[in-house]
Amino acid sequence: MTPLAGYLLVAALVFAIGLAGALVRRNAIMVLIGIELMLNAANLNFIAFWRYGPHPEALTGMMFAIFSIAVAAAEAAVGLGLVIAIYRHTHTTEIDKINRMKG
Amino acid sequence: MTVIFFLIAAIAVAGALAAVLLKHLVHSALAVTIAFGGLALMFLSLDAQFAGFVQVLVYIGAVAILIVFAILLTRGADLPREGVFSSTWLTGVVIAAAVFSVIGWAVINSVNAIPQQSEVPNVSVHDIGVALVGPYVLPLEIVALLLTAATIGAAIVAMHEKGGSE
Repeated sequence: MTPLAGYLLVAALVFAIGLAGALVRRNAIMVLIGIELMLNAANLNFIAFWRYGPHPEALTGMMFAIFSIAVAAAEAAVGLGLVIAIYRHTHTTEIDKINRMKG
Repeated sequence: MTVIFFLIAAIAVAGALAAVLLKHLVHSALAVTIAFGGLALMFLSLDAQFAGFVQVLVYIGAVAILIVFAILLTRGADLPREGVFSSTWLTGVVIAAAVFSVIGWAVINSVNAIPQQSEVPNVSVHDIGVALVGPYVLPLEIVALLLTAATIGAAIVAMHEKGGSE
């Protein structure tokens, strides 16, 4: 097994764990944590392909990972703000109980 | 495939698993911080020092703190009576296992098709800075705009409404 395959397998494992966390947990904050894990796994793929790809001096994968980290930070801020706003209306963060669109 | 790689991979995967499996939300937030740290170590082991330190600053420094704040503001630390896993947890686990097996199968089958160079890429922070304000200046500006909009939007969404029920 090559080093690149090892990194890709670790990224796939972290992605699957994050997906399981987003699908399995009841709490909306845990769903956001799962999404963050999935984004991190994608970043690991970008960096691994940049490192072992044919033209690392072009910096393409590195730039993509840096911009992806910035977008993930914005996503986390907006997502957690939404969770707090929903909690203020319904007094719960459990996704099973948030089943009405009326505020 | 060195011992260090397996150690770092174990840290990252164990942190992610603990974050998903631990019942208490605060424990989950701490475990996901460990997973972020493990992934930052992976970036460092891939000779991407800049991305590794960006990961430490943004994820461990900002996103983990945001998650802790959200837990405190929503009283998420109380354990729900029905349990922390949803009623359809088996479906979720099956979907995640299927996704992992498909990606893993694709990776193992296509290893020889990917061109691989093994020498360390000679890229300094100076090169990254020049690239950021050179060919990547438009994405940089768009990300700056997006971050400003997201910060203002998150503050407005989470702000107390005037004349509301509280």
